[in-house]
Amino acid sequence: MSIEVSDLCFSYGENRVLDQVNFTAQDNQLLSILGPNGVGKTTLFRCILGLLNGYKGQILLNGINIKGLGIEEMAKLIAYIPQFHYPSFNFSVFDMVLMGTSVQISAISSPGIKQKKLVDAALKRLGIYHLKNRGYTKISGGERQLVLLARALVQEAKILVMDEPTSNLDFGNQVRVLTEIKSLAKEGYTVIQSTHNPDQTFLFSDRVMAMKDGKVLAWGTPGEIFTADLIYDLYGVEVEMESLYHDQARVCIPKSIVEKDYTYRCCS
Amino acid sequence: MERSKGNTLIVIGLGLLLMITIIISFRLGRYPIPTKEVLGISLSKIYPIEQFWTDRVEMVLINIRLPRIILACLVGCCLSAAGAGYQGVFQNPMAAPDILGASAGAAFGAALAILNYGSSFMIAISAFFFSLLTVSLVYLISKKVKGKSILGLILSGIIVSSLFSAATSYIKLVADPTDQLPAITYWLMGSLAGAKIGDIKFVIIPMTIGLVPLLLLRWRMNVLTMGDDEARTMGVNANQVRFIVIICATLTTAASVSVSGMIGWVGLVIPHLARKLVGNNYNHLMPASILFGAIFLLLVDNVSRNLLTTEIPLGILTAFIGAPFFIYLITREGRSIEY
Repeated sequence: MSIEVSDLCFSYGENRVLDQVNFTAQDNQLLSILGPNGVGKTTLFRCILGLLNGYKGQILLNGINIKGLGIEEMAKLIAYIPQFHYPSFNFSVFDMVLMGTSVQISAISSPGIKQKKLVDAALKRLGIYHLKNRGYTKISGGERQLVLLARALVQEAKILVMDEPTSNLDFGNQVRVLTEIKSLAKEGYTVIQSTHNPDQTFLFSDRVMAMKDGKVLAWGTPGEIFTADLIYDLYGVEVEMESLYHDQARVCIPKSIVEKDYTYRCCS
Repeated sequence: MERSKGNTLIVIGLGLLLMITIIISFRLGRYPIPTKEVLGISLSKIYPIEQFWTDRVEMVLINIRLPRIILACLVGCCLSAAGAGYQGVFQNPMAAPDILGASAGAAFGAALAILNYGSSFMIAISAFFFSLLTVSLVYLISKKVKGKSILGLILSGIIVSSLFSAATSYIKLVADPTDQLPAITYWLMGSLAGAKIGDIKFVIIPMTIGLVPLLLLRWRMNVLTMGDDEARTMGVNANQVRFIVIICATLTTAASVSVSGMIGWVGLVIPHLARKLVGNNYNHLMPASILFGAIFLLLVDNVSRNLLTTEIPLGILTAFIGAPFFIYLITREGRSIEY
């Protein structure tokens, strides 16, 4: 499975949101898209998922142009994991995940034994089987994010698109969700996520795309592109970047906070 | 799995309850008929039994009570199925034929047809056309309202409904006070008093055409409650499903309104009751709403024809029962109906 985006441009009226976006993601890759709010990440996702059509450029899934694909064909190739939310109606975790199988059945039927087994397997894989009869709105944010992930797994599409899967989660749940995503990528899924956390992006991603003002600012492996300058260009914040564990991790510390404090302590 | 089996049992239970309610309803009336005779007459239609009842009893049962009971069940299940359908495809627990203006539109259409001395066929067509028009208007306006979608839907429903109510009032003003006005007024209050076998023949086809897709598409409606984008990425064509459901729900509403007049509250209250019983999964919710709606309207109709010597119009009763019940519902468990 692969996704290949070339020369993608999108405008809302006069306002150009995406400008010449190019990237590819292959099997076994977790691609993180990093960039400030309002940079066009959501628009990019909506284009990739076939929800927006008025773009210029080309989006290929497995070498097939998505403009020629129907809704069902798309759903078999690419699944979307939104940020956890409160749906209008509360469903059980099991029913919620079962919805992901809709593309496998005809419009006028309901999921059968085969689909229900898929759901059980996905819930067990993500360690949330014990929640299956609980209400989706009654579980924690991290658990809800895992439920949405399970829903995408039973869809049996090999490309997963995740919109800030770890925002609004506590630290423990962020690590848990990212670990699951990482292991999915290792199993052969192609995962694309948008994110706001540079440290975690470095730690978990195989490829990183940094976006600003609708343009790709940098693209490559985390080791290649992660510098203090990049973070400054993206967010306008000066950081000290420290390498840990023989460069397996890099952490960013905002300079202004630490140094101001430092000066303060020196003078007093 | 356990949960789903439990819900199946509840649906079967509702089916049995409906049977019992139907049998009891046959007994009730100014001319009481014992259960034994009710069962005897019913069975004699499929299996030859020696007649132990009078012809008069059979006449009352077959020509007066039977059509009325069937019609009450049909109207009840159609209105609540329509309500459940609207709620699903508008992703909105407050959607119902009354709130979306479907009833107000149908009322206007019917009044307009009565004013022009339309046949009962014309009344139904006109009711359908105008209820579809109002639902589309309400939907389009609510899309333009900024902010909360639930608020937008209710507000545009109120606006469009009151517009059509005003138009209906105007029709009443210009209608002939000797024959048209009483017909319109009585019709607006909702009643099954004049139910005939002919009425059933007339509405059974549009009702079936509306109900069958609502039942068949019930799993798709679950997916639609997640929102259009999510439904699409799960391979469900949200616009297509919504379009079919709206057409079918409006068809069943209009067919009901054309024989029974305005009967409010059923489409809002019954699906909510059903949600409390079997949860939000439309696989069980839709059948449960349909059965529950039939039971409810049958019970209310029994009250309507037996409580006082004169009939109480159904629409008045459903409002008297529905409104306080709904207040109880939203105040008691405000948190579990997450708006």
